[in-house]
Amino acid sequence: MSPVTLRLRSSQWLGLALILSLLIFAVLEGWLHSGHYATQNLANYLMMPNAQEWLGTDQFGRSMMARMGSAIRLSFLLSFFCVLTSVLLGSFLGVLAGWYGGWVDSLLNWVVNILMALPGLILVLLLAAIMPGSFVMLYFAISLVLWLEYYRVVRALTRVAVSSPQMEASRQLGFGRFYLFKRHIWPSVQSSVLTLAAFGAANSILALASIGFVYVGLQPPVAELGLMVVELLPYFDEAPWIIAQPLVAIFMLVLGFNLLAGKAK
Amino acid sequence: MKSILLNRLIQAVMVAWGVGTLTFIFMRTLPGDMAYRIAAGRYGQDNVTAEAAELVRQELNLESSPWLAYVNWLWDLVQLNLGTSLISGAPVIHEVQHQLGHSLGLAFVAILVSAMIALPLGILSGMRVGGLFDRCLLILSAVLRAQPVFVIGLLLILLFAVNWRIFPVAGFGTPAHIVLPALALALVLASVSSRVIRDSTHRVIHSSFYTFARVKGLSASQTFTRHGLRNLSVPVVAFMGIQLVGLIEGIVMVESLFSWPGIGHGLAHAIFSRDVPMIQGTALMMGLIFVCLNTVIDIACYQLDPRGRLQ
Repeated sequence: MSPVTLRLRSSQWLGLALILSLLIFAVLEGWLHSGHYATQNLANYLMMPNAQEWLGTDQFGRSMMARMGSAIRLSFLLSFFCVLTSVLLGSFLGVLAGWYGGWVDSLLNWVVNILMALPGLILVLLLAAIMPGSFVMLYFAISLVLWLEYYRVVRALTRVAVSSPQMEASRQLGFGRFYLFKRHIWPSVQSSVLTLAAFGAANSILALASIGFVYVGLQPPVAELGLMVVELLPYFDEAPWIIAQPLVAIFMLVLGFNLLAGKAK
Repeated sequence: MKSILLNRLIQAVMVAWGVGTLTFIFMRTLPGDMAYRIAAGRYGQDNVTAEAAELVRQELNLESSPWLAYVNWLWDLVQLNLGTSLISGAPVIHEVQHQLGHSLGLAFVAILVSAMIALPLGILSGMRVGGLFDRCLLILSAVLRAQPVFVIGLLLILLFAVNWRIFPVAGFGTPAHIVLPALALALVLASVSSRVIRDSTHRVIHSSFYTFARVKGLSASQTFTRHGLRNLSVPVVAFMGIQLVGLIEGIVMVESLFSWPGIGHGLAHAIFSRDVPMIQGTALMMGLIFVCLNTVIDIACYQLDPRGRLQ
């Protein structure tokens, strides 16, 4: 299944549409909109959406349009980097462990076992606490939790592929490692890696919002979806349309990636 | 059996070492003069004098070399000497015990409610896969899964506490206080586990042994209780291990949202106020409980399904 013949079900198209619409909003906002996410104007306290401010303003009169755009870009960036890192690291180490076995396999399993012993979010919370407000630390912490899943799945699939008679035949015909990987291992691993990538993106967005919500992640005035929910919570009664925005954005992002991932295996 | 227990024991030790090391690094990287910060936390920002800070410095042995301090830190951990909270001054172990009770209560109620939701719904939709009921449930579960648990909690608060005023918004005390946090957790758990139960039910009732039991003359209910339930419970129990992660993560969120005085609230608060001994105590306790519950699930799978024992 090469990327060209990648067939999507209708629910996956819906997921893709949700993600693309948010991506386009975030990119266009950054490109065309002149507002800045941290510029305050107390005269504009909790304004309704109007001709100037299409999404209204928050309790400091900051443009919600600019803040939402910035927050969604942040979520996309973080999930992109986290997923990229975890896919590369998890797949590489998974193939290594599943193919060569032996002490490499034992060592990696040992490391994975240790990392799995602590619930992911607790590990992320502890690491985020060491360097508060650091995007790099959050990226590192979330990737550290995320790659485990790729490693486990890829390793299991690789073991099956390696012991298959087809691969044995290729090996006896004297094909090189790269050919064996390309012809036998990658095809059996590919679809799971793509599914996991979409789930991973959803999970990293959830993790970022969650630690923002408990006030441990990025610090104000950064616009971040979870942080915005907490900050706007006291104004729920006065301005429900403002707090609805980050909530809807999280919902669309996570639903979009979950739908794109398709059915969980 | 032995290898399961040994494996989990190693995990528990590694959790303790990992949490201890991380909190130690945290302690060392706090900006500013640590003694002043701790003293300010204890006596209030205005009452910090050089003498008070010096006393704190001596009491907590802040001057020693990093490696010596690290060894001391881990040695304290081995003796379960978790120190005292930098904020309240109370022994961490007492605070954590206190919080643990509240958290376990909340988790227990949440699991119970989620089982009450997920079991009937999952089995019913698994009986007729692709039917209207199944498809409605699929959409509902997809919608629920697309939100972080704090959003579900928030919506519950807005609906039941602010709008209709049936349950209290947050806090602790009366039985009514536990309803919303437990429901928020239970909905998140049930949205995933009902799908697993459905798949498992579907597989069991379409298996050849199930058909054979019907063919040899057992009634539908006899077949289900004798051949269905146990077989469909194996993947469900195994899946509970995966769900534990969600439960513990959810507890941190839900407790913070509802000001439930449990261990997750304690952890979030401790991180926020940079109360390192409390961070260590709460994170350690959560990690150890996680490992313990995983062990229980391993043993339950081992008992339920004799097929896996040979490997």
